[in-house]
Amino acid sequence: MRRAALIAVPYAWLLALFLVPFAIVFKMSLSDIAIAIPPYTPTLKDGLAEMIRAFDFENYVFLTEDDLYWKAYLSSLKIAAIATVLTLLVGYPMAYGMARAPEEWRPTLMMLVILPFWTSFLIRVYAWIGILSTEGFLNQFLLWTGLISAPLTILNTAAAVYIGIVYTYLPFMILPIYAALDRMDGSLIEAAEDLGCSRLSAFWLVTFPLSRGGVIAGCLLVFIPALGEFVIPSLLGGSGTLMIGKVLFEEFFNNRDWPVASAVAVILLLILIIPIVLFQLNQQKQAEADR
Amino acid sequence: MRAAHFFWDASLNTPVFAPWADPDAKPLIRFQNVTKSFGDFTAIDDLTLDIFEREFFALLGPSGCGKTTMMRMLAGFEEPTQGRIELAGRDIAAVPPNKRAVNMMFQSYALFPHLSVWENIAFGLRREGKDKAAIAARVEDMLKLTRLQKFARRKPHQISGGQRQRVALARSLAKAPKLLLLDEPLGALDAKLREDTQFELMDIQEKTGTTFVIVTHDQEEAMTVASRIAVMDEGKIMQVDTPDRIYEVPNSVYVADFIGDVNILDGTLTANGENSFALHYAPDQAPITARSDRPFTDGQSAHLAIRPEKVAIHKEKPEGVDNLLSGEVLDIAYLGNLSTYHVRLPGGQVVKAQIANTRRLSRRDITWEDKVWISWTFTAGVLLDQ
Amino acid sequence: MTRLSRFNVVSLTLGFAFLYIPMLILVIYSFNASKLVTVWAGFSTKWYGELLRNEQFLDAAWVTLRVAVISSTIATVLGTMAAYVLVRGGRFFGRTLFSGMIYAPLVMPEVITGLSLLLLFIGIGLDRGVLTIVLAHTTFSMCYVSVVVSSRLMSFDRSLEEAALDLGASPFDAFRLVTLPIIAPAVISGWLLAFTLSLDDLVIASFASGPSATTLPMKIWSSVRLGVSPEINALSSILIGLVTVGVISASLASKHASLRRQQETQAAARTT
Repeated sequence: MRRAALIAVPYAWLLALFLVPFAIVFKMSLSDIAIAIPPYTPTLKDGLAEMIRAFDFENYVFLTEDDLYWKAYLSSLKIAAIATVLTLLVGYPMAYGMARAPEEWRPTLMMLVILPFWTSFLIRVYAWIGILSTEGFLNQFLLWTGLISAPLTILNTAAAVYIGIVYTYLPFMILPIYAALDRMDGSLIEAAEDLGCSRLSAFWLVTFPLSRGGVIAGCLLVFIPALGEFVIPSLLGGSGTLMIGKVLFEEFFNNRDWPVASAVAVILLLILIIPIVLFQLNQQKQAEADR
Repeated sequence: MRAAHFFWDASLNTPVFAPWADPDAKPLIRFQNVTKSFGDFTAIDDLTLDIFEREFFALLGPSGCGKTTMMRMLAGFEEPTQGRIELAGRDIAAVPPNKRAVNMMFQSYALFPHLSVWENIAFGLRREGKDKAAIAARVEDMLKLTRLQKFARRKPHQISGGQRQRVALARSLAKAPKLLLLDEPLGALDAKLREDTQFELMDIQEKTGTTFVIVTHDQEEAMTVASRIAVMDEGKIMQVDTPDRIYEVPNSVYVADFIGDVNILDGTLTANGENSFALHYAPDQAPITARSDRPFTDGQSAHLAIRPEKVAIHKEKPEGVDNLLSGEVLDIAYLGNLSTYHVRLPGGQVVKAQIANTRRLSRRDITWEDKVWISWTFTAGVLLDQ
Repeated sequence: MTRLSRFNVVSLTLGFAFLYIPMLILVIYSFNASKLVTVWAGFSTKWYGELLRNEQFLDAAWVTLRVAVISSTIATVLGTMAAYVLVRGGRFFGRTLFSGMIYAPLVMPEVITGLSLLLLFIGIGLDRGVLTIVLAHTTFSMCYVSVVVSSRLMSFDRSLEEAALDLGASPFDAFRLVTLPIIAPAVISGWLLAFTLSLDDLVIASFASGPSATTLPMKIWSSVRLGVSPEINALSSILIGLVTVGVISASLASKHASLRRQQETQAAARTT
């Protein structure tokens, strides 16, 4: 009896507030925009049979015809992919340094990586506006060093979005890689050196292959949320940077086109399924390797 | 020839293979006044030691005695704080681990989990830039030597613990090192497998002619495999000798106690003949007589170390024995092949006597609280001053 | 693995500089007297004063705090239940769907979660305000709580529960008296995670809230859209300060606890 209640309560909550809403999104994506409240047809008031009959894939057709959308999808994929690679390039050396640091420093280093994660995401993105703007700290600094003679335009470009993503998602990259490196038996490196490897070749032949699971997990943990990112392109990317999260938000609030926004969401989810499945497979493989 | 160190030549009373006894022999490894400190902790304390080619040398001691540090210095993972380590006459301080003709078998085996057995064994050969055919041939040889041919394509997690141990051995032997270091190589195996593997190790050492240095805390393992054993404690070597001499002629109570089971009787000595001393171990008891080649002064305090199997136990008072003591049976430990009787002497000391159970249980007649006699010969024990 | 090469030191130094310099600049310039946030014009705490007099910010902060406390508490209860069901519940009808619904929100883009909840609230005619934000936040943070708690439950020796049952405890008592005290650290960190996620959330709250309730991130958002402002710097500094103090004291507390445990174990080993 208690067991049934234990299962039923969280189950019902998730059904009502996760699955049903998502079904509504799907339904909405098949509806048409209308100048009414709510701003779409058909509604349940028209009767179930009538409603289903009125469903069509018009919004999806519209998405393929208007190149704003598929450009936004492509550009999101590109930005998320490049940003993921950049995050890896910054994060791997840090994770590696942490794993090689003396045992007593590691909790502190770990805390330093996690601490930004607990700080407001919005504030961390906001911090970069003052740094990257034309009269911002970075330009002031570069002008002062004499490296540049005129301020660079970084804010409101894709570069600013990359910086923002690398900055905010860095902990997601570092932690799984660090975990993989930390789990590794240190005597493996000694064995490689004992068998004739230099430091560098021991890294490429042993350390890196063994941290691959962590690298894959880290990359997907950055790529997946970056793809649907809204705050970073809105604050740092300016009007020139197209990302699908931003398009969806604007479609919904500014154009009040709920059906198209829903269709955008459904397609975004379909795209996300691939990396999510990859992530699951990687996690399973890791778990098996640990056993 | 090489098998000599476990076939004892009784007529000569010396092992046939004994380069350490030859003053002209050049050692393969020489530790000269080596000290190694980690912060204020001294792991190795001014240690000097020679190890000869083709030896199977065991570093034996409790954990933290510095034996692993010695091995890691040989492999190149630690540098001595002071002193000099020579390999074949050359100082190796400046040679990094990947350039040393020394290979190591790690306690954890350190098999690369992402590589197959074959690739693990080939790993070191590939670093030397040998051609493919030579590598393949060498790997095959190693697989054959360790009887792993069937498992070449498997990954380390797909084979048993004993097989992993053999992969680790094959991998470290593949480069034909001058010296192979084995860090607790059998520690992860269960008792039965460990015994078989000990003989396998000796066999492989003999076939390849490689010098083996093994680190272990298991005295039986050291006794079985080694040509010589160094017993270590707190960064110092207590005794270096052949297994039989370590057992029969320990130089200190520490060594006697560390290797095997031993009775220690403390007392003071008086000379009672040539190379013969009386040990007064209890105020109102007759002294025990023991022979010793080592000189002692009258009144010196000393310890008699005597192995339980050298103590005989009698129900009736025997005639014509060297040392005879009476006592009462306190405890009996039945081990199947052996029984150990704990006999309390009138002075309160407990002496263990070990008897081979050549008869069925029902026919033995000594039991708890029996009054018994124990005896041993003048030469059965060793007199020790420390 | 404990030999830091020069490369390691450089990459750690640069990496942590990258992580912390932006926040440091933010904090330093919150004490700037000038309204121009990129030009230093002397030390002043006036923006903190202005912030504390700004009713809108204070209202938003109060809403956010209420939402965070309520939603994270409900989410902790539901998430712990869900974790227990997933790890210990055995088989039941729809288990796969259930675990899918636990993990999906973790990877779902916020815009989609927000959109779907908004459509639900409109569909059932629920007025959007504090209640709807709480519902929305509870839903996604319970999933995080359940992941944190279930990973602890998985590494937990089941025989402890069985021992309790063997000694006559009812399943509920076994949970209350044995399981819960042991997984308590995970439950607490789950609560903290849920609390932070709720404090932090902009996108879902924007969808789920109506004119009657504005959360702090929404307030910050609407003002940073207009550019950098010293008041926001002051607000950010306060938040960064709170989090820093919180995280450092939590890690000191856990370090202290593990140190004491270690000492006690050693002391116990000596007495035997």
